Amino acid sequence: MSAKPRIVFDHVSVRFPTERGQMQVVEDVSYAIADREFVSIIGPSGCGKTTMMNIVAGFMTASAGSVTLDGRPIAGPGPDRGVIFQEYGIFPWLTVKENIAFGLKLRANRTDEKEREEICQRYMRLMGLSDFAGAWPRMLSGGMRQRLALARAYAVKPQFLLMDEPFGALDAQTRMAMQDLLLEVLAAEGKTVMLITHSVEEAVYLSNRIIVMTARPARIREIIEVPFAYPRSEDLHERREFGELRAHVRQLVMQEYAQQARQKPQADN
Amino acid sequence: MITRFAVILVPWLLLVAVWYAIHYSGFINPSLVPTPHAVALRGWELMHSRLPLDIVMSTQRVFTGVLSGIIVAVPVGFVLGWYRNVRSLIDPLINFFRALPPIALIPLVIVYFGVDELAKTVILFYASFFAGVIVMYEGISQISPIYVRVARTLGASDSEIFRKVILPLAVPHMLTALRVALGVAWATLVASELIAAQQGLGALIQNAGSFFQLDIIYVGIICIGFIALIMDLALRALSRRFLSWQERLA
Ligand SMILES: Nc1ncnc2c1ncn2[C@@H]1O[C@H](COP(=O)(O)OP(=O)(O)OP(=O)(O)O)[C@@H](O)[C@H]1O
Ligand SMILES: [Mg+2]
Repeated sequence: MSAKPRIVFDHVSVRFPTERGQMQVVEDVSYAIADREFVSIIGPSGCGKTTMMNIVAGFMTASAGSVTLDGRPIAGPGPDRGVIFQEYGIFPWLTVKENIAFGLKLRANRTDEKEREEICQRYMRLMGLSDFAGAWPRMLSGGMRQRLALARAYAVKPQFLLMDEPFGALDAQTRMAMQDLLLEVLAAEGKTVMLITHSVEEAVYLSNRIIVMTARPARIREIIEVPFAYPRSEDLHERREFGELRAHVRQLVMQEYAQQARQKPQADN
Repeated sequence: MITRFAVILVPWLLLVAVWYAIHYSGFINPSLVPTPHAVALRGWELMHSRLPLDIVMSTQRVFTGVLSGIIVAVPVGFVLGWYRNVRSLIDPLINFFRALPPIALIPLVIVYFGVDELAKTVILFYASFFAGVIVMYEGISQISPIYVRVARTLGASDSEIFRKVILPLAVPHMLTALRVALGVAWATLVASELIAAQQGLGALIQNAGSFFQLDIIYVGIICIGFIALIMDLALRALSRRFLSWQERLA
């Protein structure tokens, strides 16, 4: 990873006001995500992962420290950063196809009718949604909604992908298919990715680096380089080195979960 | 097809049967309960005299009142729902005025606006506005911010967010507001016509009452019921047309 840094966290802390005073959620976190790098963030539930992503997405700012994008402070959300939200946010009043076309019709990424149609068709095909082009989102299963959220974000071709548990609702087979599809899209379009996941397997399979966060307040527990070259394919899962790395990361995550469980009874502050 | 028709028709036929039963049962002085056919006959007669004008006057008043009320209620309700701090400021006022039954204001309105059409429009405007504004702002304040966030990450500008996200999410609440306002306005209208009007279904009933013409009272009541029913059906059809994306329609 000699490429230039694009997303830089510099001594970032986040505190939220609560009834019992300030709650420290992120504490003195520094890391950089390089161009076209795939970084996974993994850590106990509620530690502050989504919070970090919200800063990059432009929905909030750090309480201390700075987060920069290509050296500039983040001014707000924008189509350069595609976000897959933990809760998808599928537009219920638009059909499947209209959801995918939504971004393409905005002034920021204006595309002509023909191109839009091609992009929609392409992603519906890739996501297995072609038969549901005219369906209302309420008719879709959880996994289909998730795939729709992916299609909608991919369609505007963002330089960055910020993905919050994007495959969490998928069955094991679809999940692997979506991971491979993501790698394909990345190989073809070259994006910088920040992925939040609870799956160690997934993190090791997809990433250049894995950042393991501590229980809240989130600090960096360890940054792990994943040495496997791209393109990766599913037989990687069977390799011994893969298993060793997975075991190492899993152990760190388990320790942090245990730590969190110990903290639970006492008050947050 | 035939069964569907029967399902719609049977309750009405049952109602008419009960009506006849009451008339002929002897429990109540039959002269106090005109028979359905006598009422139908009177209705037919009135159709050739004042009834069409009464119906037109009443519906027209409701339409102007509801339309003007909703046209103001939608943007106001929208602002109150969207900007929480404005809402907490205005909320007590709105609740105060909404709690006043519009009928209680009729004497005051007569003093200020006289007894002609303007007075009735003012009352109906009042009734529709407060019924509509509440529905609207409660609906808008419940819109999940996730959709706005998603739209922003896809590159939407403020005006695009308003047109392409907030507006479609507001439509169901507008239609509900319209339906609620229509119900309230219709109830208020008849009351206001009972007090001060020469034409309109309320006036028809009121006049008939002073001459003890029970059959005419029934004709008036049935007309009011059917017009309200038709308006509600029309609004539901409108909702189905615009809200097919929603789970289920009431
Ligand atoms: N706007 C907010 N105001 C107050 N507290 C907040 C806010 N957003 C998040 N928090 C708190 O910050 C902590 C971290 O939240 P965050 O959503 O970042 O966790 P997470 O790591 O994404 O968890 P999960 O894996 O379960 O999604 C939680 O305890 C949450 O309650
Ligand atoms: Mg989260």
